[in-house]
Parts: sequence; structure tokens; C-alpha cells
Amino acid sequence: MSSPDTPPSAPLLEVRGLCKNFGDHTVLHDLNLVVPRGRLLTILGKSGTGKSVLLKCLAGVLVPDAGDVLFEGRPLSSEDAPGLAAFRRRCSYLFQGNALLDSLTAWDNVALPLEQATLLPKPEIRARVRDALRRLELEADADRYPSQMSGGMQKRLALARALVTRPEIVLFDEPTAGLDPIRRNAVFTMIAHSQREFGFTAVVVTHDLPEALAASDRVALLVDGTLCFKGAPAEFQDSASPAVAAFRDSASHLAGQIAAIRRGEPVPADLA
Amino acid sequence: MLSATGRSTLRIFGELGDFARFTARGYTSAIGSRRLGRRLARAIYEQGVRCLPVILIVGTFTGLVLGLQGYHTLKGFGSASLLGPLVANSLIRELAPVLAALMIVGQAGSALTAELGIQRNSEQIDALETMGIDPHGFLVAPRLLAALIVYPIMTAFFALIGLVGGWISGSVLLPLPGSVYWSSVYRAIGPEDVAQCIVKALVFGGLTIALCCYNGFTAHRRSTTTGARAVSASTTRAVVFSSISVLAADYLITSLLV
Amino acid sequence: MNASPTKYTRLDLTVGTFVLAGLLALTFLAMRIGAGNSVSSASTTYRASFTNLGGLASGSSVMISGVVVGRVDKVDLDERFHAIATLRVRADLKLSADTTASIRSSGLIGEKFIALSPGGEDVLLKTDELITDTESAVDLESLISRFAFGGVKSPDSSDKK
Repeated sequence: MSSPDTPPSAPLLEVRGLCKNFGDHTVLHDLNLVVPRGRLLTILGKSGTGKSVLLKCLAGVLVPDAGDVLFEGRPLSSEDAPGLAAFRRRCSYLFQGNALLDSLTAWDNVALPLEQATLLPKPEIRARVRDALRRLELEADADRYPSQMSGGMQKRLALARALVTRPEIVLFDEPTAGLDPIRRNAVFTMIAHSQREFGFTAVVVTHDLPEALAASDRVALLVDGTLCFKGAPAEFQDSASPAVAAFRDSASHLAGQIAAIRRGEPVPADLA
Repeated sequence: MLSATGRSTLRIFGELGDFARFTARGYTSAIGSRRLGRRLARAIYEQGVRCLPVILIVGTFTGLVLGLQGYHTLKGFGSASLLGPLVANSLIRELAPVLAALMIVGQAGSALTAELGIQRNSEQIDALETMGIDPHGFLVAPRLLAALIVYPIMTAFFALIGLVGGWISGSVLLPLPGSVYWSSVYRAIGPEDVAQCIVKALVFGGLTIALCCYNGFTAHRRSTTTGARAVSASTTRAVVFSSISVLAADYLITSLLV
Repeated sequence: MNASPTKYTRLDLTVGTFVLAGLLALTFLAMRIGAGNSVSSASTTYRASFTNLGGLASGSSVMISGVVVGRVDKVDLDERFHAIATLRVRADLKLSADTTASIRSSGLIGEKFIALSPGGEDVLLKTDELITDTESAVDLESLISRFAFGGVKSPDSSDKK
């Protein structure tokens, strides 16, 4: 899949010394991360730790204040408009809120990236859109608008739109936010399944721990704008680092804390 | 105090520069934008067809009132036969372009600001960018081009229906002979009046719809508010700035052309 | 299955009708209403001298029996400080040499126009020929003062040249 002019050793996507500020507020500080080709990398972290910002920097939507994102060894910041367009054709982004265009039908939403950003002939576009809708079981809903669909269907439609361009990288921003546990499982199954089927590289941002650990090949933990853990899911489960432990074991702490509250003991300071 | 004035001056000029760049990019991105015709048709429908009823109603009443007021005022000087020129000149040179622009801003401009603001809020604009689609070419360009087509047309509709309104007032409800009214209308209006009318319509269209697009597109940049409040703040700003710009530009054009 | 094609053709039809009707309205505005002052057919020019134009200006109408036949091209002074108005009039009208020109106004404060009254001679007026048999503008202020103090009966006889 790699283009001939790049060394095969260069990782598909790499982050080097990335910093991002909003005003005086530092969101990301000196991040380094390698996204291995063909794998599913999960970035874990509490809400508001800058996971989405990191993902948007990876997609080239946000421009980092320092450092760079490298695609096949070439920094995105030095790409000209055609270079950036070429990168975007090979990369898809699944937004937390799906970001479907509400003025277009399901069919038109899926066809949009092909019609607007590629030069494919019309029959080919039609075949690909039909195929993408069929794979995500949305064939019967092609003429419906996103507002007429349930949350799960919208998520599937957004995934269909992300996959219809046959991307090499798909970035998932909290694909399971606001879903019940059964649908959460279904979404991760869908991601893992389509990743196997299409062979793309996936970066998933989430805070759903058990599902993420089960589905991913590598895990990174983002705390307060820095990555404090990078490794395999098994290493994450065994890690003794306090930050990892705090995130990993919060569920098991819960029982103890509830019991303490029921006994009438004071609420721990970090929760109050 | 001084530094505050300086800061806000810089901010205003910065914003003006942003707006100019945004508008220029909107027009240039039309080149090479695919399937622009379909979106252009939709924009013409929203700005034109949907606003037609309000334009016709407001135009009729403007003509009616002009006819009624003008007739009684002119009657006092024994010059009721000048009603046609009075109605025609006020309508074609000033009222039709200005009121048509204000009506379109109120109905279509506010709606498109809100739509763009919500698209910005729900990351639809970011989504277009990640798909390699230029959101300027996709969302802004068709609306800017539609305005240049729609505004002169709506102004012409407004002026014609207003002339009919003036005729209803003067000749149907009041005793001025219809032939006197229409022949004096034809005599009073020259090519330069119609040219001024169309120039105004084009300028107002370019200005107001660009302002509406700009405010919706940059809804996320309102530093004081976010979410739904930011969309409503942007819509208010769009309507207020557009209305002010229409009247200011009207004065400027009139003083330059007359 | 494909995005229903009828929806777009209906939108296209509405928009097409709208644009077409709009272009018609614009054309009507520009060609019919906006052309009122211009003389479209072939025209010829005559000159007329007056002692007082009283508000007549270039662009004012030239009428015969209430029908617009042309307009005033320009106004100027001759060496004897008489006002000379150049009239552009439809060429197909055969105006006799004894045609008279008078400055009238529609209503008391109305716009000024030139009324031509063709005479009965067989000799025709030539291009750029000077019409000397003219009636100048009514001087409103002196007229009103004469009305007020009772000096005159008809405004038409007040300023006969």
C-alpha cells in the first residue's frame, strides 16, 4: 500500500513533539506517538484530556502549535494543497456526533466524498455507495434523512461514509459515546470487523475500557495532555503505574466508595 | 483607555480583513467546485422562490402607502398628476433595492446563518474538510452566486408590484386617471434610474449574503458563547450587520451616482 | 434506490421558472419603464430660443398634444444671452417652419416640458433650425404675487413673447 518513494520503514502515521494550546490553556504537551500500519490503536483518557484535539491534529483539521504529524514520514505541515488533499483521500474521520449533512439523504451523504473529492465515473460511485450501504445494513434507508434515523443507524451511516472512500487510515472519535453497553459492543465489533475486512489502520479515541482493551492491538493513555502509557493491552492490564491504575481500576474502586458513602463516611476529596 | 481603543480598532480591522478574505475565497472556490449547479439551484430556491411571497406582499403595501401619502400631499399643490413619478422614483431608486434586501436578509439570510452555524457546531464543516471537500466551495460559493442572481430579480419584482400598488391607491381607490399615472411613470424613469436600481441590488446581495455566510461559518469563534447561544448570537449579528450595511451602502451609492 | 431524480427536476423546474420570470421582469423594467425618456427611433434635432427656461433642463420631455415625441438634449446661452434649448425629436414627424414651442409644467410645481404646436405652412423645419416663435416659462413668483394682488386673469397671457 505504501507509495514507492517513501522508505517502507516509516510508520504510516507518527506524532512528534506535538503541542496544542487554546489561548493560555495548554491542551496537549510534547506528545510522541507512532501509529503502526494495519493495527487498531486505542487512545484512552478521561473526558476533557484532549483526546479529540489529538485526533483532529492527526486528521489535519487542527494545526499543532509545535511539533508535527508525519504521514509516511512526510510532515503534514509542509504539504501543499494537493498533498493535503491526497492525504485526506486516504484518511477518514468518524466524528463523535457523526457530522452527517442533515440536508442530504443517506445515499447522498455516503456518495458525497466520492462525488466531490474523486474523479470516479458515476456507475462506479453508485456501485460503491450501494456496497457500503449494504455492508452496514442500510440499503432500505437510502432515501431517508439522518434526522429520521436512530442514533445507531446514524453511527452506521457515518461509518459507511467514512469507509466508502476505501481509506488507509480511519480515525474514530468516541464512536461509543452515549450508547448502551450492548450497542457499545456492537460498534467495537463493527470496527474490528470492518478493519479486518478492509485492512485499514484504525485510531480509536474512547474511555470505554473493557471494550477497547478487547478490540485493540495497542493502547495509549492520555492524562492531562501527555501520554503516560503506550503499549499492548496486556501490558496495560499489568501496569503498576499510578496513572494507569487510577484509570483502569476506577470501576473496582466504585464498590468500595459506595459502601463507604452508605456507611456515612465523608466523601473522598477528589470526588467532592 | 487608549490601549483599549487601540485593541478594539485592531480587532475590527482584523475582522474586516477576515471577512474580505472569506468572501474572496467564497467566490474563487466556486471554480472547480463539483456539481455546483445543483447547490446553486437550491440556494436560488431558498433565497428567491421562498422569499417571493413576502416580497410581493411588502412591495404591494409599499406602493399602496406611497400612492396614498403621495396623492394627498401632491393634491395640496394641485400636482396629483405627478403621483406616478413620485412612486416610480422612490421605488426604483431607493425602496425596492433596500426593502427587498432587508426582506431577503430577514427570511433567507438569517436562516442560512443559523444553518451554517449549526453545521459548524455539529462538526459538519470539519467533516467536509476531512473528506477533502472545500467547505467554502461546497457551502458558501453557491449562496454567494445565488445572491447575485436573486437580488436583482427580487428587486425588479418588488418595484413592479409596488408600481401596481401605487396605481391601485391613486387610480382605483382615488380619482387619478390610470393613463396619467402610467404615462408619467414611463416618462419619469430613465435608463440611469434602472441601472442604479440594479447596481444597488447587486451590491446589497453580495454584501448581505456574504455577511450572513461569514457569521454562520465562524459561529465557533464567538469567544463569549458556545453551542446554541453562539448560533443565535451569530444569527443576530448577521441580521444586524446586514441591515446596517444595506442602509450605509445605499447612502454611499446614492451619493456617488447622483 | 438512487437519490430520487424527480425531487431535483421539480426543484430545477421551480427555480428555472423563477429565474425566467425574474429576467422577464428585469427586461420589462429596463426596456419598457426605464426607456421612457429615450427616443428609440431615428431622431433629428431642432433648436429653440427662450427668454426664460424656468427649470427646464436636459432630459425634459418634448410633447405634441400631450404625446412624448422627444426630449431636451442640452440647454445653453447664445451671444445675446438668450437660452437655447436643443430638442431631439422623432424624425418621422413633419414639422412646419412656423411651429411654436412653449415651456409648460404639469401642475403648479410639476416638471417642466416643451410643448410643440405645429403650424400650417408647407415649408418644413430643417435639422438644427432655430424655432423663434416660443413661449417662455411662467415666472411663478410674479404670477402668484399678481394673483394675490389681482393683476391678471389668465396665466397663459402673462408672459407672451
